[in-house]
This record gives sequence, C-alpha cells and structure tokens, in this order.
Amino acid sequence: MTVDPIIFYLTVFVLAVFVGYHVVWNVTPALHTPLMSVTNAISGIILVGAMLAAGSAQSDWGTWLGAAAVALASINVFGGFLVTQRMLGMFKKRERKDAGR
Amino acid sequence: MTSNQIALAYLAASVLFILALKGLSSPATARRGNLFGIAGMTLAVLTTLSLVHNPALILGAVAVGGAVGAVVARRVQLTAMPELVAFMHSLVGLAAVFIAIAAVNRPAAFGLHDPLPAGNKLELFIGTFIGAMTWSGSVIAFLKLSGRMSGRPIVFAGQQWLNLLIALTMLGCGLWFFLAPETNWTGFTAMAALAFLLGFLIIIPIGGADMPVVISMLNSYSGWAAAGIGFSLGNPMLIIAGSLVGSSGAILSYIMCKAMNRPFLSVILGGFGSEGAAAAATDDGVQKTYRSGSADDAAFLLGNADSVVIVPGYGLAVARAQHAVKELMLKLQQKGINVRFAIHPVAGRMPGHMNVLLAEAEIPYDQVFEMDEINSDFPTTDVALVLGANDVTNPAANVPGSPIYGMPILEAHKAHNVIVVKRSMATGYAGLDNDLFYLDKTMMVFGDAKKVVEDMVKALN
Repeated sequence: MTVDPIIFYLTVFVLAVFVGYHVVWNVTPALHTPLMSVTNAISGIILVGAMLAAGSAQSDWGTWLGAAAVALASINVFGGFLVTQRMLGMFKKRERKDAGR
Repeated sequence: MTSNQIALAYLAASVLFILALKGLSSPATARRGNLFGIAGMTLAVLTTLSLVHNPALILGAVAVGGAVGAVVARRVQLTAMPELVAFMHSLVGLAAVFIAIAAVNRPAAFGLHDPLPAGNKLELFIGTFIGAMTWSGSVIAFLKLSGRMSGRPIVFAGQQWLNLLIALTMLGCGLWFFLAPETNWTGFTAMAALAFLLGFLIIIPIGGADMPVVISMLNSYSGWAAAGIGFSLGNPMLIIAGSLVGSSGAILSYIMCKAMNRPFLSVILGGFGSEGAAAAATDDGVQKTYRSGSADDAAFLLGNADSVVIVPGYGLAVARAQHAVKELMLKLQQKGINVRFAIHPVAGRMPGHMNVLLAEAEIPYDQVFEMDEINSDFPTTDVALVLGANDVTNPAANVPGSPIYGMPILEAHKAHNVIVVKRSMATGYAGLDNDLFYLDKTMMVFGDAKKVVEDMVKALN
C-alpha cells in the first residue's frame, strides 16, 4: 500500500503553516516592514521553479518564458534581501554615552 | 548530485528560511536572521543549478534581475517602501503564472507525467489563478500607493455580483481545463485571463488608508502562489517557503484589521470612507471652535514640558519629515526633556511603516513604543505632539455608535496638552471629525509637517 505523494506534500504544507504561524507571531511589530520585505525575498524561492522551466533539455518558447520568470524572481530575491539588510542596519539602540544629549 | 542529496539541501534551505523569520523577533538578531535567509536562497539556487541544462541562460537572467533588484533596493526612498513591496508581490505572481504556463506546455521539464495527470492539473490551476490575481491586484495597489492612481475607492452598483460572476466563470474554465483529457489551452488561458481581471476588480474599491490590509493580503497571496507551484512541482522547499510567507501575510492582515476594529471581509469588500463622509457632513450642524497657534507657540509649549510623546502618522511620511523630527527630538533632549514616540499599528501605508522611517532618521528604537506599551503613560505626559496622524487618535472610538467605535486608539487626548500638526481641518480617512482637535487643551498648527517641525526647531534655539 503506497501513499499518494500529494498526502506527503499536504503534511509538509500543514506543518509549515503551523511553523509560520508561531514564528511570525513572535516578530516584533517594529519590524513588520522588514518582515514584509524579507518575505518578498523568500517568496522569490519560486526562482527554483523558474530555473527548471528555463533549463529544460529541449528548448522552445517555454524556455524563454522560464528565463523571464527567472529574471522576475531574481528581482525579488536580490531586491528583497538587500532592502531588508539596508533597513535593519538603521535600527539602532540609544548609545549609552549619548543618552544624556 | 543524487536526488536524495538535492532533497537534503532543500531541507537545509527551508530551515534557514525559518531562522530568517525567527531572527526578526528582535532588532538585535534581525540582521543575522537576514543573512540566514540569504544563505538559504544561495543554497537553494546552487542546488537547482546542478539540475538544469543551460546554466548560461539562467545565470544571465539571474544577473539581469539581480542587477535591477540591487539598484532598486539601494535607491528606493524608505517612504516608498509600500510601493516597493507591492511591486515585488506582483513579480512573484507573474513569475508563478509563467512557470505554470511552462509546466502545462512541457510537463517533462519538471519531471511531471505527460499528459498531465488530474492532480497536477488541479495544482497548476490553483497556482495560476492565485498568481494571476496577485499580479493584477498588486499592480493596482502599487499604482494607488505611488499616487499614479487615485487612492479613493472605486465603487459601482452590482460590483460584488460582477466579481462573484467572474469568480464562478473562472472556476468553470478551471474545471474545463481540469476535466479535458488533452491539454486544454482554451480553458487554461480563459481561466488565467479572468483571474487577472478579478485581481484588478477586487482591489479598486479599497481606499488608500486600508492599504496596510491589502498589502498584507497580497503578501499572503504571493506566498500561497509559491506554495501552489511547490505542490505542482512536488518540491517541499517551495511548499515550506511559500507557507511561511502565506501565513506571515495572513497574520499581518489579521493584526491590521484588529487595529482598525473592522472585519477582514468589510475591508476587502471596500468602499470604506465614502459613506462615512456623507454621514459626517450631516453631523450636528453646530459650529465647533478650535484653537490654532504658530510653530513658535508650539515650540514654547514643548520647551517648557518635562515629557513629550510624539505620535507620527501618514502625514509625516508624505512630508518626509522624519529627519526634521530627529532634530526636534535632539533639541528637546538637550533641554532635559523626556521624548518618546508612540506608534499605532495602522499608522502609515503598511505594517511597521513609521518604525522604519524613524529608524532611517537614526531615532533609537528603544525610544519608540507600540500603542499598548505607551497608552497608560499619556495621562502623565505634558505634551502629546500629533504629526500627520488623525483617525488613530480620535476619541470618538470610545463613543458607541461612531463608525470607528471600538477601534483601539492612541490616547493623546489624555495628555496635559496636545499639539496637532496638520495641513487643514479636513477629515481623515474615516471621514469623521476628530474631537481631539476641538479640546480646550489642544493647539492646532497648520502646515506641512516638515516645515512646521523645522520652524519649531528654529524657535527652540
């Protein structure tokens, strides 16, 4: 008796939603904008699917569509992570010696 | 690499993505978290690169997209983050549609059976319509947020019925594609086209200040689109990463709705503010009086205070006043005055928008407080300075029967003195008069937030 792979994927999906739920509730509200930009970058993981579409053994118009998807997803990946890093670099604590200024 | 090694590399990448989000629980660990995310993505891409037949084309496309992304990330003004995020959601949606089309065209490229089995068709159908709706919805959100399109809700009679009709037709086309034994391009294309149209129609009735909810919702959609593609391709990493993003967006939408005390459905159905404005116009007919003062008067009041709480809103972002506010903060601190910031969850056009702007101006994050942390301190605060915020400080939220009744607000009206910097007496998004403006202890200072704050700093010298 074999289990349909879709049941396996469904298991992964449900557990991942639970993990996401708990991790995201712990994100401090001050960082909700960086949370959105980093999730933008992470949803760029669709890049992996785009690479398979563009990297097929025989090429036809689907290859070019895949290459376009690779470029779009790359904008997300690079743009998302870099802008997140830029924003997070701005969040600074008060420096002790400056406290009395 | 063997398929087992590939699967293990993908698992490692998934764990790194979870750690990236976990890092955001505190500003102290967030940067390290982001590096985990970058490591996960690098691992995922390099692993996939070993599977493809024409790495040159792919690396070229990555270079083009990466260069665009890097330039945008470096150049974007932080006041424009909502637009950037909406723009990036749209890209994920479009990429998902492209991948689904490529998979229908050549299932073998993805290791799928040709012709496509029913299960795969269903998954591709779901991935395509979520992706298409994400794309067109995000484009509208982007146009509204960047001011290229009016932020006013666009409503017409029978709108919801039209949307329902389109949704049902779209599902019908999807079913047609699903049931056809051969590859049914007509059904697939019609379904995708209707999904594009629906994404567009769903966002147009939603007004500017509801954008925090919309943008969170589209964030969620973009995640589900990635997860949907993950199901089609049988790739658990895509499912995990997509689900993380999907649940993140869903939680943010929930938090935003909660902070406005409005049901999610009513936000999504749109049109808010158009009815409220009419109600306010016929309000009571009694001419209410308010006290207005100059930036100098306000500076005098601030200079004599012991404690000041600044409440920033969207007006601060529009005027790009964050750096001027930093100067004001330093000036007041030099006089030994305790200055803090109070941020409402829906202030601005996206979750956390104000925090990022204040951080950009190098205002330390331990002086910036969330609503629940600071509300109890307003009664002992000498001056509450409201900068470009309106509805989130309206005490009408405590009055039963008011359209915003029950919305949690920043209790600026409890401070000893209130200074409100605003362009005019115009109502906020809810179309309501703000009773805060008419209190005896409130001084209105009219003008552009940046200009007024700069004048205050000059007057304090």
